[in-house]
Amino acid sequence: MLIFIAKRFSFMVITMAAVSILLFVVLEFSPGSVATKVLGQFATDEQKNIWLEQHGYFDPLWQRYFVWAGNFLTGELGESHRFKVPVGEILWPRLWNTAVLGFWTFAFLIPFSLVLGVLAGMREGSKLDRTISIISVLTTSIPEFASAVFLSALFVFGLNWLPGTSGMISGFDFKQLIMPVLVLFLYDFGYVARMTRASMAEVMTTPYIRTAVLKGLPYRQVIMKHALRNALIAPFTVIMLQLNWLLSGVIVVEFFFAYKGFGALLLEASLNQDIFVIEACAMVAVFVAVATQTIADIGYTFLNPRIRFS
Amino acid sequence: MTDISKAPTPSALSALRSIAILRESWIGMIGTGLILFWVFVALFAPLLAPHDPLAILQPFAKPGTFHVKSGTTLWLGTDNLGRDILSRVIWGARTVLIYAPLATVCAYAVGIIMGLAAGYHRGWWDTVLSRIGDIILSFPVLVLYIIVIATFGASGFNIVIAITFASAPGIMRIVRGLALDLRNRDYVAASQTRGETSFYIMVVEILPNARGPLIVDACVRLGYVIITIGVLGFLGLGLPPPKPDWGGMVNEARGMAMIFPHMTIIPCVAISSLVLGFNLLADGLREVSLRD
Repeated sequence: MLIFIAKRFSFMVITMAAVSILLFVVLEFSPGSVATKVLGQFATDEQKNIWLEQHGYFDPLWQRYFVWAGNFLTGELGESHRFKVPVGEILWPRLWNTAVLGFWTFAFLIPFSLVLGVLAGMREGSKLDRTISIISVLTTSIPEFASAVFLSALFVFGLNWLPGTSGMISGFDFKQLIMPVLVLFLYDFGYVARMTRASMAEVMTTPYIRTAVLKGLPYRQVIMKHALRNALIAPFTVIMLQLNWLLSGVIVVEFFFAYKGFGALLLEASLNQDIFVIEACAMVAVFVAVATQTIADIGYTFLNPRIRFS
Repeated sequence: MTDISKAPTPSALSALRSIAILRESWIGMIGTGLILFWVFVALFAPLLAPHDPLAILQPFAKPGTFHVKSGTTLWLGTDNLGRDILSRVIWGARTVLIYAPLATVCAYAVGIIMGLAAGYHRGWWDTVLSRIGDIILSFPVLVLYIIVIATFGASGFNIVIAITFASAPGIMRIVRGLALDLRNRDYVAASQTRGETSFYIMVVEILPNARGPLIVDACVRLGYVIITIGVLGFLGLGLPPPKPDWGGMVNEARGMAMIFPHMTIIPCVAISSLVLGFNLLADGLREVSLRD
């Protein structure tokens, strides 16, 4: 177990190193335009060169990389060119906002998709199964920006029930959270429900369920006591991996509703080649990806005693 | 008159049969219908579009407005610059149906080569390719697209490159898994004994036998690629502006959605229906393949 975690940790470190080097190299391709983006279109070449020199852009790439990597290891994330503040000052509040968004999305996503998936998988091919399956294909087929457009046409402009933007300018407002959560929920719910359905349907065909039915147990007991425990193993992994999906899934939603979260920050940083913010966001993304995968794998062995780390 | 060479070859026959089998799944039929509809629209865009997609007619026209100058009805209205939305949606179908399959094919070409090499050769090939794949896959895909395209600029070519780069590892994993299973079959052993090159074995013996799951995956992936191209357009990172592109249309009209909802809703309906088509087709194919 410890060896497993150590292995994963070293994979995370390698991935972080590879991704951060790659990003430095990729962002290197247009060094002049960084200065243009900071100083504006009308800055002279001389001004740009002064800015580039002040920010160390004339040092060789590897030197800049090692300076950044050294700072990163001591927790110093550098300063954002775009926001003119240390990266940590902007990154953590944004990440917190996205965590709030993610929390509410999962608070609805998990119960809904599990219940519907189990109901659909319980009797494969039934009318209920067909309906749930078609609804989940439909919702996963609608891109997030499209469902954001449809839902705001209905709830924001049509019925005037909800606010159309979620900037949270005057403090936290739960009403502004509803639309982004709804969009994320709709897009992701179908996938989790389908996975749960497939897992449940597979369990229902196993011999021990047939035995339970044949020995005359009430149907409710067959489902609750025998089927569910095994059917919910696979969805657990799927849900953990959706945490990772959420980090990129929020980009569109946060952009659409002007929500000040991690995704919007990353988008703005990328468009402005704000290298330290991009690097910090990327490291967060890698950390979340590897951490959720590791938790999913460890949880899987607890839920399924047939699998053990060798 | 009868020419034997014109007769359908067995492989063409079996391809026809697998299309005919799809008739048994009405979900697959609806999906195919939606896809064929958009392919038809894309192919005949110059004939179907009532106006030039870039021509400026009359700004902010609601759907069904009569345009006096050309004597036509603007069935879906116009956008903020006065371009006919119906024509732009029709031409947009062409854009998406060129770039999405192109990007998917490129991703498959790279992914299949990597997967076959990793799954058939094993050894250090497998270790190196799988590690690279793990690293790319552990990174949120959309983030990757945004950084690459924001840096290198938005163009069709860059979109194809970014999608290939981000999707190839996922395809590699599937192909690798299939190849690991197939490499132990007797027919592979037979051709090894015959002294065939490993390239021949990978492409002629293993790949055709792995096609079933790959075709289903390709349908789902094509749907995702269409969503991705739409999302990139929506974020302002798609094709350069004047070109009609569904995601870009939503982005341009976003600020006016309150007063002119048709400008954003119509392209959204278009993209959703096309993605739905591919997802339903994938479901239908899966259903049919499970039946045999």
